[in-house]
Amino acid sequence: MSKEPIITTRNVDVFYGDKQALNGVTLDVPRNKVTSLIGPSGCGKSTFLRSINRMNDLVDICRVEGEIMVEGKNIYDKDVDVVALRAHIGMVFQKPNPFPKSIFENVIYGPKIHGMIKSKSDAEEIVETSLRRAGLWKEVADRLQEPGTSLSGGQQQRLCIARAIAVKPSIILMDEPASALDPIATAVIEELIDELRQNYTIIIVTHSMQQAARVSQRTAFFHMGDLVESGATKELFTSPRDERTQNYISGRIG
Amino acid sequence: MTDLFTTASGHLRARHRAEWRFRWLGRLAIVFSLGFLLIMLFSITSLGKGALSRAEIQLSIDLSAASSLEDVNFQKAVRSALFATFPEVTDRSDKRALLKLLSSDSGYELARMVEENPALLGQETTLWFTASDDIDMYEKGAIDANLPENRRRLKDTTLGWVRTLESRNALRSVFNTAFFTSGDSREPELAGIFSALVGSILSLIVCFALSFPLGIMAALSLEEFSKKSRWSDFIEVNINNLAAVPSIVFGLLGMAIILNVFGLPRSSPLVGGMVLALMTLPTIIIASRAALRSVPPSIREAALGMGATRVQTTFHHVLPLAMPGMLTGAIVGMARALGETAPLIMIGMVAFIVDVPQGFTDAATSLPVQIFLWADSPERAFLEKTSAAILVLLGLLIVMNIAAVVLRKKFERRY
Repeated sequence: MSKEPIITTRNVDVFYGDKQALNGVTLDVPRNKVTSLIGPSGCGKSTFLRSINRMNDLVDICRVEGEIMVEGKNIYDKDVDVVALRAHIGMVFQKPNPFPKSIFENVIYGPKIHGMIKSKSDAEEIVETSLRRAGLWKEVADRLQEPGTSLSGGQQQRLCIARAIAVKPSIILMDEPASALDPIATAVIEELIDELRQNYTIIIVTHSMQQAARVSQRTAFFHMGDLVESGATKELFTSPRDERTQNYISGRIG
Repeated sequence: MTDLFTTASGHLRARHRAEWRFRWLGRLAIVFSLGFLLIMLFSITSLGKGALSRAEIQLSIDLSAASSLEDVNFQKAVRSALFATFPEVTDRSDKRALLKLLSSDSGYELARMVEENPALLGQETTLWFTASDDIDMYEKGAIDANLPENRRRLKDTTLGWVRTLESRNALRSVFNTAFFTSGDSREPELAGIFSALVGSILSLIVCFALSFPLGIMAALSLEEFSKKSRWSDFIEVNINNLAAVPSIVFGLLGMAIILNVFGLPRSSPLVGGMVLALMTLPTIIIASRAALRSVPPSIREAALGMGATRVQTTFHHVLPLAMPGMLTGAIVGMARALGETAPLIMIGMVAFIVDVPQGFTDAATSLPVQIFLWADSPERAFLEKTSAAILVLLGLLIVMNIAAVVLRKKFERRY
């Protein structure tokens, strides 16, 4: 496994119309590690996350400047196809959002549109491995034809993770994946994230500093559109260099 | 003792009263609208049920001298049979009055019967013929025999003949199939709704085939694919305005462009449907856009986030979820189109059409125009035809709504 960072960003500015949401963010994201983005609401951490798979393109007034290199390629180059990019960088959202279709169809949708399925056995294999990796297989193996929306919140979120990894991405972006879940479901998701790290690079936005401390190896702290500091999670939480980080993790701002 | 939790305070009581008032106002509104609906249905049904039956007169027809269809003067055969029934009538003007017992079409009626059953040739048989509308009206009690003679449509002599026929059991009332199978006629007893019904259905097919796909495509393009700009705002405002344009304006447009520039056949369901589609389009676009907006954005994000293209996202996920709402909008628009008269008048679908249209380019009329034409006719018997035609229109509307409910159930998200 190469030691090179999989994502490097240089001076990323993001604007919503006239309003600047990110000021010159420069960050390296290491391969096969969990990097968490923390910071108070409106600090730009979700905006940064959504810039990485260009979900910000969906916002008409959004403009991104600077360089975001993924595997050495600037994803905002003219010749980059967002469809291919998003197949490579999966995303899991804050609220579980399974399609109103069966569990099987939820998982197989991505591989199907990307032409990864040649036969019925292919499809079944992909569904099984994806659900196994997402730790959901045992719970749903005998009811794959039931609607995805009939699952519990935590199961739905794991279904969304299974759906994301079914396309075989190398990076998974998670936007507060556990904030809508109860503590037990959250614990399950956190364990899952730790396992997934073997095969994927994960960037997770979270409101909970405990969660960041538990699941991530690297942490980046955002404040009012600035990347204040980033580093190994342990160091950042024990000996922050910046006063704002110190204030945030000790609960004085946020 | 505390009165904390009682309604002792005047302010709280006033709030409860306000709530009570509001609830009853709501119930009253529902009762009123249902009441008016029932009154309307009752009055139309009681007026229109007469159109379901018609009077027939039995005559003894002598075709013993004839061996083929060409040999017979059917008009004359019916006439002589009628005169033979009342041998006492000899005066010329009385004879003319006697002929008015029968529908003016009875010669053709006999011809049709013989055509269907050639065995009638060469023998004497008793057959039933449609009575004229005045006799029909008298039989249904719409003409009061107690009025002085100069104030009613049936003179004393005619009434005498009717009573004679009744006493001989030669007058009966049968189910009026002609009303559902024939086209319009100047004679109320022969007039039917079928050609107008076919005209309406053909127009609606054209209207739906044009406005539904166009409306959905326009809504998709505005809602899912175009960026918000001054242009899209301009288009939005204009579509909303278009929905409020009086329908007759679309009729004028149809006449000026579709008939005069493109030269499509006037009075045809094709042109009628095109004009109605212009009228329905804004309604469908507005409803479809609302339906698209109600699809949760998380579904779009989910699909786009895993690398679906815009079109895949739209057609795999968004459209199926928006479909029920779109169908509702389409039905509202189609129901308006079904009841529309003014634009059809402008493009000539107001003509007196007897034949049932065989295709989209044949001259046709539509149900509401037919109702308008009949309501405008002086004969008493057209009153019940008008009401019956309204019932047919309402029936078609109910069928369309049921179809919409069924379709909606089919598309409704199963989960």
